[in-house]
Amino acid sequence: MKVVVCVKQIPDPADPGALDPESKTLVRDAKLILDESDSYGVEMALQLVDAAGEGEVHLVSMAPNNETAGLRTALAMGAASATLISDEALKGSDALGTAKVLAAAIARQEPDLVLAATESSDGYTGTVPEQVAALMDLPSVTFAKSVAVDGGAAKVQRQTEAGYDEVECPLPALVSVTAGVVEPRYPSFKGIMAAKSKPVDELDLGGLGIDAGSVGWAGAGQEIVSIADAPAREAGEVIEDEGDAYERIVSFLDDLKVL
Amino acid sequence: MDFSPNPDHALIVEAVDAVCATYDDTYWAQRDERHEFPWDFYADMAAGGWIGIAIPEAYGGGGQGIAEAALVLNRVAASGAAMNGSTALHLTMFGLNPVVKFGNEQLKETFLPRAAAGDLHVAFGVTEPDAGTDTSRIATRATEDGMGGWIVNGRKIWSSKALESEVCLLLARTDGQPGEFNGLTLFLVDLDPEYCDIAPIPKVGRNAVASCEVAYDDLPVEGWRMVGERGRGFHHILHGLNPERILLSAMACGIGEAALRRATHYANEREVFGRQIGANQAVSHPLAKAHMELNAAMTMMHRAAWHYDHGLECGELANTAKYLAAEASFFAADQAMQTHGGLGYASEYHVERYWREARLQRIAPVSQEMTLNYIAQNIMGLPRSY
Repeated sequence: MKVVVCVKQIPDPADPGALDPESKTLVRDAKLILDESDSYGVEMALQLVDAAGEGEVHLVSMAPNNETAGLRTALAMGAASATLISDEALKGSDALGTAKVLAAAIARQEPDLVLAATESSDGYTGTVPEQVAALMDLPSVTFAKSVAVDGGAAKVQRQTEAGYDEVECPLPALVSVTAGVVEPRYPSFKGIMAAKSKPVDELDLGGLGIDAGSVGWAGAGQEIVSIADAPAREAGEVIEDEGDAYERIVSFLDDLKVL
Repeated sequence: MDFSPNPDHALIVEAVDAVCATYDDTYWAQRDERHEFPWDFYADMAAGGWIGIAIPEAYGGGGQGIAEAALVLNRVAASGAAMNGSTALHLTMFGLNPVVKFGNEQLKETFLPRAAAGDLHVAFGVTEPDAGTDTSRIATRATEDGMGGWIVNGRKIWSSKALESEVCLLLARTDGQPGEFNGLTLFLVDLDPEYCDIAPIPKVGRNAVASCEVAYDDLPVEGWRMVGERGRGFHHILHGLNPERILLSAMACGIGEAALRRATHYANEREVFGRQIGANQAVSHPLAKAHMELNAAMTMMHRAAWHYDHGLECGELANTAKYLAAEASFFAADQAMQTHGGLGYASEYHVERYWREARLQRIAPVSQEMTLNYIAQNIMGLPRSY
């Protein structure tokens, strides 16, 4: 069984980057790391391949500057190989442009199953997996809290507000997984060392057969009109205790309806 | 001299930091308070192959050197796990090093793969109540049983992890006279409760990992459990002791880093007389001094580790690194406590735990005074003072 996992390499959330005022997009010059939300998909894929007793996990990522640091983390977890698409013309790609690139790269792998996070931790559009599925004409199952493969079908529990749905769809399919799907493993020492020599196939748009005009700024169907700082947090209320502080705190929490 | 960044080391640091990040200061404070071995942390580190990082690949280990083992332990200690976390692991790293270097094939094949997997806990039995630092006068004896094996009798003190360990690397006299280094022999013995009485010693800190007194009463030891040559045990165990000093240097520097992290945070946050206390040089300068001293000690640690891993003499460097790191670590922890004022004495701020654990390095495994004696006498050629 071949499982492809879409992984995004993002600026380290612990060291938040800046927005480029000109392009109005996130500056991605520094080292990029594996988006934590993708580590769940990687782990799920590894466990599915283990359960199947054969097969491999392949990663697909689109990133500027031929960045591979985040891919190496996922390879260290146990994925076998990766495809990285890097091209100057990809700058400014919107969700659909990204989906076109990923879909083309995934199709080359002829996977049995494609996994993705429900959304990235830096873009949050939450639409790319479904767009990839549509472009590849694959069934799409979203918000999986549990994934199993049985014969030629994926059995998925879909997280809902009220509980979960049990759904089944034929393979190949694309499933987006939530952070609750599995607990990602830490890369082991041997995994880290082995990851250094695992193959990462680096492609540009030409190599993927995609017209540069259909992606990036040129192909984007959206425009970022303006960006603004988040409003500063308002100063809180300081309650001096004059014997009745607890009553005022209880009343404050009561007004917020948290009690 | 090559100081360029080592990409493998950066990966080790990143990965170990990620594991340690899930075990916060509260976890370690609780393990210390409850005198509980950190089994879940140990299991995570074992699963990642970090405990077996210095065991040869042929036996399932990571095939790295003491430099990489030191880096792992430095990150563990720096996470706030301090000695409670790092000494839960380090005995397997240095304790078995004489087995790696001098052990027979049966010993290696039997024990190293299990140690690499983190499945085998190892204690270290050298120090005795009546010999102290004078290892040549240890009284534990191994006598031949007439069938190719040995019978061990004696008493060891400060055997860390003896309660959790299945085996112990034990130094015992087989030949020669008290006061001679020749005639001591190294064994990897089973801590069989039928013949071993193990009692934890109540102590100031590092209470997640017990230090024990172990009495050996007619413990049978099969012949193949001898490590290296008969009578050469002291020379063999130096391959445990020098790495131990190097690893402890890295751990001490880690504790200092954790202490300075908290001190710096507090000095930036705490306002008295209308400004941050860190704006006062009486607060900031000692912290800056501690930072520099830790860096210097860490550099010496790297140098000692490099020498050891390249098969070069490293006694002076390992001892120097351990001495400097012990001083720098305790100074950093002490200044962290001073920076916190009265709150530094409160358990909630964790610096008191770092302080208690950093204090240990100035006594163990060898006192600062004996390290100075070693340098004065053996390196500088000054007369023996004791």
